[in-house]
Amino acid sequence: MSVKALSLDIQSNTGGFSLQVAQQFPASGVTAIFGPSGSGKTTLLRMIAGFEQPDMGHIQWGEDIWFSASEAAHTPAYQRPCGYMFQDTRLFTHLSVSGNLDYARKRAQGQSDQFSYEAIIQALDLTPLLDRKISTLSGGESQRVALARTLMTRPRLLLLDEPLAALDTQRKADILPYLRRALKQFAIPALYVSHSIDEIAYLADHVLLLTGGKAQAFGPIASILERLDLQAVTGQFEAGVLLEGRVLRHDNRLCLTHVDLDGQTLTMPLLSDIAPHDKLKMRIRARDVAIALTPPKGLSIRNILNGVLLEIVQQETGPHAELLIDLGPSHLRARLTRAAVEDLQLRPGQKIHALIKSVSFDSRSG
Amino acid sequence: MIDLGPVWLTLRLATLTTMALLVIGTPLAWWLANTKSRIKPAIEAITALPLVLPPTVLGFYLLVVMSPTSPFGGFWVSITGDALTFSFTGLVIASVIYSLPFMVQPLQTAFETVGRAPVEAAASLRASPLDAFFTLVVPMSARGFLTASVLSFAHTIGEFGVVLMVGGNIPGQTRVISIAIYEHVETLNYADAHTLSAGLIAFSFLVLVCIYTFNRRNPIHVG
Repeated sequence: MSVKALSLDIQSNTGGFSLQVAQQFPASGVTAIFGPSGSGKTTLLRMIAGFEQPDMGHIQWGEDIWFSASEAAHTPAYQRPCGYMFQDTRLFTHLSVSGNLDYARKRAQGQSDQFSYEAIIQALDLTPLLDRKISTLSGGESQRVALARTLMTRPRLLLLDEPLAALDTQRKADILPYLRRALKQFAIPALYVSHSIDEIAYLADHVLLLTGGKAQAFGPIASILERLDLQAVTGQFEAGVLLEGRVLRHDNRLCLTHVDLDGQTLTMPLLSDIAPHDKLKMRIRARDVAIALTPPKGLSIRNILNGVLLEIVQQETGPHAELLIDLGPSHLRARLTRAAVEDLQLRPGQKIHALIKSVSFDSRSG
Repeated sequence: MIDLGPVWLTLRLATLTTMALLVIGTPLAWWLANTKSRIKPAIEAITALPLVLPPTVLGFYLLVVMSPTSPFGGFWVSITGDALTFSFTGLVIASVIYSLPFMVQPLQTAFETVGRAPVEAAASLRASPLDAFFTLVVPMSARGFLTASVLSFAHTIGEFGVVLMVGGNIPGQTRVISIAIYEHVETLNYADAHTLSAGLIAFSFLVLVCIYTFNRRNPIHVG
């Protein structure tokens, strides 16, 4: 199977909304299409799938032209090797779970051991659900069946349109590991539309930022998340960085895990399922980081990292300031009040101590 | 013993008309349910015309069009050797036009209820549009198909004005139940008029009860 990548350069204008994106997508891994509601994420995905057509430009899959306005070419959706996972699952209610899976399996093209029926059922833990009616499934179960049904077609590109948006936090937490494992196991390039930073920090390798129908930025997830100038898009409350560390050792007595981050040590609640020396992705929100000029004493916070202040961006009208801190190769973001920045007389180049109130541990990385 | 000829003729007419309407009405209803064309309202209006026109108006123009002296009627005579007017074939054609809204409207509603979503989902699973239509849209619109077929069938059985205009009253050719009842009444043969009329009421009642029972047992799942 040759490796193909998606590239597009499209323009469309429907109902007063204009979408203009030119992008070459990675040939592997998960690329998040991230942006606020109404930024054109789903429209872009539907154009890639072939459900809608742009007004101008082209969409290409390797050498295959899926859409070209100048050549008046349009490959119909059913002839594009894309799997599409809908926010509302779109399972066929007149068929059972296995009926839905068979519908896709019968129409799959080519042979593949990797995408065998058994492998997919097992990866998504569907054996107990096979005879169930669609109407009896919970939201999370429906999405697992929908993902399995999509995988049954042996897609070469997976398009996921906010598959978790309709689920509550608990259900989301239940299905995210399945999704992540399946994306890794079946190793198909995927485009993942979402407006949740947590989801994309957990799942994505790359991010395309979209606002108002225009691409604002594209790059590896970690580097996009630490950019202060994208604040307005990535949001303030959830803003933060994604860091990669390595587990040093577990402390079973105090139920702690020590993690190495660029030569400094972070301590966090025990993560016994990750072996020492394994890599680990951690997300630290800007609002969970405080700054001290001298090493603080008598504090309950255990995680204090030494760093150098790189950049300070003050809000023009709001009370806050965003800081970027250099920890070695990694960067950390902090969010303080402008008053604190003034009081401490913070300026770029200064050595500081970053106090980390909480870390979320996403998972094993790599 | 009452002559059952009109009964069999009527059932044959209604069956053939319903079958022809399924073939013609399904693609038309699908197109109406999905098109964004500007001529859609005009086509919808033409489809619905038989609902509002007096059957005599429709019958009159059908008579004019089918007449062997008209281009269409003449063409028909030249290829088949028979005239359409006052023939069973002519009656089938007239019934198809007369009952068209009873097939198209329930189907269009059913197709609109199903919507584009399952068809898109099917396309993402490599099903061609025709494949998706027969494997998803048809089963999901089963109730619409049943309602449309029964309404078309029943409406054809009940038609009178168009038949009288186009078909006249030829035993074995165009003498359907409603015409036979009319004739029995004209000739003061009330006993036979009663038998046929009561039979038609009982039949119609039974058919409708069957439909409503089926619809209750198979509630539609829209998801």
